[in-house]
Amino acid sequence: MTAAFFLFLLFGGIAVVSALTVVLHPHPVYCALALVVTLFQVAILFLLLEAHLLAFLQVVIYAGAIMVLFLFVIMLLNLPREAEVTRPAWRATVLGVGGLLGVELVMLFARSHPAPAAGALVGGFGSVNALSRELFSRYAFSFEVTSVLLLVAVIGAVVLAKRRID
Amino acid sequence: MTEVPIQYWLGLAGVLFAIGAAGVVLRRNVIVIFMSIEIMLNAANLAFVALSRQLHSMDGQVIVLLVMTVAAAEAAVGLAIILAGFRNRQTVDASQLSLLKW
Repeated sequence: MTAAFFLFLLFGGIAVVSALTVVLHPHPVYCALALVVTLFQVAILFLLLEAHLLAFLQVVIYAGAIMVLFLFVIMLLNLPREAEVTRPAWRATVLGVGGLLGVELVMLFARSHPAPAAGALVGGFGSVNALSRELFSRYAFSFEVTSVLLLVAVIGAVVLAKRRID
Repeated sequence: MTEVPIQYWLGLAGVLFAIGAAGVVLRRNVIVIFMSIEIMLNAANLAFVALSRQLHSMDGQVIVLLVMTVAAAEAAVGLAIILAGFRNRQTVDASQLSLLKW
């Protein structure tokens, strides 16, 4: 087993376990903290895939900004521990479908041919330079539309969360 | 660095996505349902980056950047909706927020 494969198994395993904690823990604050762990593991996996800028942005945007928003709302609502975590009627269905998907995944791995190796990368793959060159040339329109989307989100959040004055 | 075959990356992304989907179906707390959606978005991002590495193309990484922006916008608006719902009904239980249910 190579070092890269060991790191993949380690961080991927932690990501799966903490994602399960998010889904199964009765207390919303612990769910949020487990989600932070998951997001950090995904950032490390991005590093293993040599997407350096995205790993950095994952920590800043997801584990930073979005998680602060989540924790702030949980704090504001003062949520208690839940008595019943999951919907009883759905448990059997989810277990069944999940088991089926797991069997399919195992069969897929057993029957698949090894993919060709990804090969060596040219220098600067995944760097700020390479990503922003794409972003400001071929994807310039999408990039600009994103800014409009963020503006709409800001206005929407302010309008929705505003307390009505009687 | 990446001697890990692409199947394993896609398998991990699939498992994470399934966990997120199970969370959306199973949980009653709207905020935790929202967190499960974030897990699903992250699983899709992981698949994008893995394929971008495999195909030596920056396109996947650009799309991940756009997905992150959409996720940020979605979190802001979604949590504002949850706040407004809580203010009106005093609950975040999805089974009690059934006014729009057919």
